[in-house]
Amino acid sequence: MGESSTPRPLIASGEIVVAGVSKSYGAAAFQKDVVRDCSFTIERGKLTVMIGPSGCGKSTVIRLLAGFEQPSSGSLKLDGEPIKGPGRDRLVVFQETALFPWMTTYDNILYGPRARGEVTPQTLEFAEFLLNKVGLQDFRRKYPTQLSGGMQRRAELARAMINNPEIMILDEPFRGLDAMTKELMWEYYSGLFEESGRTNFFVTTDIDEAVFLADRILIMSNIPTQVRAVLEVDLPRPRTLADMVASDRANQIKMEALSILHQEAMKSFSRGSKAAADFVEAYNKRTANS
Amino acid sequence: MAAQKFNTTSLARGLVSILLFLVLWEIGSRSKHWLGADIFGPLREALGAMGFKKTYIPWIGAVPAPTEVLRAWVDVIGDAGYWHSWYMSSFRVAAGFVAAMLIGIPFGLMLAVNRTAFGIGFPVFEVLRPIPPLAWVPASIIFWPTQEMSIAFVTFLGAFYTIVINVVGGARSIDGRYFQAAQSMGSSRWDIFRRIILPGTLPSIVVGSAVGMGITWEVVVAAEMISGGGSQIGGTSGGGLGFFIWNSYVGGSYEQIVVGMISIGIAGFISSELLRSLGKYVTPWLRLR
Repeated sequence: MGESSTPRPLIASGEIVVAGVSKSYGAAAFQKDVVRDCSFTIERGKLTVMIGPSGCGKSTVIRLLAGFEQPSSGSLKLDGEPIKGPGRDRLVVFQETALFPWMTTYDNILYGPRARGEVTPQTLEFAEFLLNKVGLQDFRRKYPTQLSGGMQRRAELARAMINNPEIMILDEPFRGLDAMTKELMWEYYSGLFEESGRTNFFVTTDIDEAVFLADRILIMSNIPTQVRAVLEVDLPRPRTLADMVASDRANQIKMEALSILHQEAMKSFSRGSKAAADFVEAYNKRTANS
Repeated sequence: MAAQKFNTTSLARGLVSILLFLVLWEIGSRSKHWLGADIFGPLREALGAMGFKKTYIPWIGAVPAPTEVLRAWVDVIGDAGYWHSWYMSSFRVAAGFVAAMLIGIPFGLMLAVNRTAFGIGFPVFEVLRPIPPLAWVPASIIFWPTQEMSIAFVTFLGAFYTIVINVVGGARSIDGRYFQAAQSMGSSRWDIFRRIILPGTLPSIVVGSAVGMGITWEVVVAAEMISGGGSQIGGTSGGGLGFFIWNSYVGGSYEQIVVGMISIGIAGFISSELLRSLGKYVTPWLRLR
């Protein structure tokens, strides 16, 4: 990852302000608020991680940010402009893989530029740069099913980055990877982030992942989703796994996040959530060990 | 590696299977008894004792032996009429099948993509679909100007429904995230159709075509038998393999019936193999796992 002097487009980082957003589904009488009066800011050039109990409506927030859905009330603004629909300025990297199975790695990466008719020599050069960056130069002619899980996620990161979005939105992108690959991907992804300085919004259910990656952590409440707490992660970059394990500050933030999530889980546990029960059990084990 | 192993052992098993079948058939046919001995004798007696006819057991003695079939085959192999039957049936299958693809694939895609088209087109399609193609034979003989066209039409129906259903199902089961991803990256509707829906439906088109091809052979043979071959030439083998079989039956040449049956088996096998390799060629991402 040493040489990064290849010419590439200047990155314009965006900032999203979410103000008083609610989203409900279903017809009048059976209407259910999934998100209620939710406000937060995804700060320019920072890596904001959203964490919350599973099934808390995080994916709904992503669909709103991406513009796949419109809020029932409230506003989402990117650099002051309301978000009206999906656009290349806010690209989503999905859970599992959403690489097109019928395209090779190279064709997948070039999908966006081709869709917009923007295939210039510079774009192709940038594609080469990204292929090298994500370590897939020898796998350009392979189809997604021929790649390992970690390779698929890296290809997907490259497919998003070539469009030079102002904000990258990642929806639990490393879910389903084995523990070893996952940790490698953390180091790898935070390296990419540090280099680009682009605004990133990362959703996860994994506290270790959140603390490792984040500049800021938004801890969400259970449905209806709201921001329960904001933690600033003031740990130096670049971060390595070894540093994080050794750092008292990291563990302190982790425990703080855990106890807030625990309170949230207890609330939904009392309402009969199985996922919350699992969390409470895991939490008790973890606090007993430390 | 895996393919190599598949070739040797699996080929050997295939040969043993076919040889065993032929040997048993030859024995049964020559000895006039299943497996060479009258193993169903007691059962036949039991049936008789219960008041049924003793002939309710199928009689293998009536089936010509493989060697006799082979001799009959050698007799017709130089006959232009026999090959003309091949040509007629293949031509009808190809015509009906290609028409079913040309009309069925765009029609299926339209139903899948456009809600209005689906609302208007699908109910009629679903009402007509359960009617077996062969039930259309009399109607199509009346409606189409030539017999040839009526047979081709019935053949077309055989493949059409399967292809349409597969295209609609395939297009609808494409992962919604692919559309969201494409939209985010700035794809137009046409671009999404061309680069997401079309390749995403291709595997289902291949499956639908393979199944449709099988039905096409079933239908063409029956249609030829019912409509008398559809040919003005007439004679022993003017009107396709189905008519060839029927004619052999009417003429009492039982060996030739079996020749016709095996010919259809071979023709069906060749066409599905062709389709399978074509399918593999157009969906390279499915064979490279």
